[in-house]
Amino acid sequence: MGIFETLTYALPELALAIGSMVLLIVGVFLGDKSARQIAYASVGLLLVALLLVVVGPSAGRASLFDGAFEIDAFAAFAKVIIFAAAAIAILMSQQLIDGKAGGRFEYSVLIVLAAFGMALMVSANDLISLYMGIEMQSLALYILASFNRDSRRSTEAGLKYFVLGALSSGLLLYGASLVYGFSGSTSFDEIARVAAADPDNAGLIVGLVFMICGLAFKVSAAPFHMWTPDVYEGAPTPVTAFFAAAPKLAAMALFARALVVSFPGVLQDWQPVIAMIAVASMVVGAFSAIAQTNIKRLMAYSSIGHMGYALVGLAAGTREGVTAVLIYMAIYVAMTIGAFACILMMRRRGGMTENIDDLAGLTKTNMPLAVVLTILLFSLAGVPPLAGFFGKWFVFFAAVEADLVWLAVVGVLASAVSAFYYLRIVWFMWFDEPAPAFERDAGPTLRFAAWGSALLMIPLLPIFIGQLRRVAETAAAALF
Amino acid sequence: MIGAFAFYLFAAAAVGCGFMVIAARNPVHSVLFLISAFLSVAGLFVLMGAEYLAMLLVVVYVGAVAVLFLFVVMMLDVDFVEMKQGFLQYMPIGFALAALVVIELIMIVAVWAFPPEAEMARAHPIPTAAETVSDPNGPTNIEALGLVLYTDYVHLFQIAGMVLLVAMIGAIVLTFRTREGVKKQDPAEQVARGRDVELVDIQSGQGLR
Repeated sequence: MGIFETLTYALPELALAIGSMVLLIVGVFLGDKSARQIAYASVGLLLVALLLVVVGPSAGRASLFDGAFEIDAFAAFAKVIIFAAAAIAILMSQQLIDGKAGGRFEYSVLIVLAAFGMALMVSANDLISLYMGIEMQSLALYILASFNRDSRRSTEAGLKYFVLGALSSGLLLYGASLVYGFSGSTSFDEIARVAAADPDNAGLIVGLVFMICGLAFKVSAAPFHMWTPDVYEGAPTPVTAFFAAAPKLAAMALFARALVVSFPGVLQDWQPVIAMIAVASMVVGAFSAIAQTNIKRLMAYSSIGHMGYALVGLAAGTREGVTAVLIYMAIYVAMTIGAFACILMMRRRGGMTENIDDLAGLTKTNMPLAVVLTILLFSLAGVPPLAGFFGKWFVFFAAVEADLVWLAVVGVLASAVSAFYYLRIVWFMWFDEPAPAFERDAGPTLRFAAWGSALLMIPLLPIFIGQLRRVAETAAAALF
Repeated sequence: MIGAFAFYLFAAAAVGCGFMVIAARNPVHSVLFLISAFLSVAGLFVLMGAEYLAMLLVVVYVGAVAVLFLFVVMMLDVDFVEMKQGFLQYMPIGFALAALVVIELIMIVAVWAFPPEAEMARAHPIPTAAETVSDPNGPTNIEALGLVLYTDYVHLFQIAGMVLLVAMIGAIVLTFRTREGVKKQDPAEQVARGRDVELVDIQSGQGLR
């Protein structure tokens, strides 16, 4: 393949990389007062990249740069959701971009660069490109976490995220170096060959376990979840909304590709590890969230729990399992964006409110917001008619198919416990004495994001779930 | 013979200095030990025939990174004695975990088996010192690195550039900000001042009231 043909396959990534640099230069010339225009241009850029993924040559299948960069349906599926979620995250950040403290144009550029890193992650088919993608994404996220430099909590969140992220990168690299040393190659396909030929290679397994630890940090699965609540609470809320959606999907897709493509022969070795991490995440997510009073912290624990459910699908290690992970993550991203749009609408004179108490009696003060949030919380809890239920259904079904009945049972029990704290918020909203009302001028984007995602959750569109399942099946098939 | 002696010297120095980095009481001493650990590892690289990596280590890590560390450690007045409190309290569990990891590592080494692919990767691609000396026309260290860096790994090279760009944006975003209530000196304004300056005769030792 000639270099130009190679580059046509990488067009979405090229568009993001070059576009972000152009936006950066334009932003530097125009100054921070252009923050809004740069934000719209960034959204446009992400949409162009999304279009290129869907219609360009990168919708096909190709292996670029000696197999280090894989273009397939799996990567395309993840990239479409990542770019869309990043674009919506920029649109939802108007408070930050127009903020009276002076929005900064770098904000949107950093989100574009993070999306670029995530695109690299989901296409990575080699240990080095895996690491480079992760660092590209994480570095942009560290900066975004501490974007509000005048807030102590935001700075602390950024620093904490950075230090623990560096630690997890260390674990990942240690594992990767062992895997490379014992397999003689950084390419996933080559590692798979060596691992299948010698399944008892202890060094390879130890390296694999270290890599799993590093990747579990990135998806914030327990017991590597400690940073999540503090970072979610400290970071500016629009940034948290971004954190909870796209990066989780990217890391989970990377996790799935790394395990399924490079270690299919040693499934019996990594399946128990993933299953234990899944159980720990589900339990931590279910029980720790009960005591929370801050809604951002609650969402952090909720996301830890959701990562546990997604990992149940991955633990199955089958094609159905990966399909279920993709369906679960797509639904999770949609409902998380909606929930954070609602949280961003919790504004009173004098700023944002983040306490669960502030939602009390919301039905009496702001009925539409209460209805939307109720739908989203029901979906997050996995109450049957809503999309969140179907996500869990596919995941548990895949686990049962793979003879992991106990894991599915633990998952069902954990989701019953976690339903308690979601429904508690619903109780507050519908049956409690009303707290002071929120401001009503939320802006069209937030309202659109909240309503859009709530509508997606209502399975009046069984076609939607069926369609999603078909697409996810094609995507998962690319890995096997 | 002399090669083996040099190897053990550098290796022992690297391990010893590495231990002292975490054992030294004074953080400045820690950084100095870190520098000598880097130097010993650079020596090991030279023994392996990777003189370019050795020089890189000295120039980048010793010359830039470690010196930066030294400045940061000296400028930040961190009370390390206070930070180390509770160290003893956590030492038993730390030791237990470390022992566990060591046992695990020994268990891997016991069943250490290099697949042929790993042996091949080990044999090449960077020629050893002996090869370079015996074949003066062969690629030098830097050439061998450049041959793969700008061909096989060109996309990773470019991504590394993007990562550095993000780091640069981060440094600027997080530190370059306008703060309220900061008294800045503006030389142009000072020079352009007219006769609106009030001159005050100050008695020596009295100060300005």
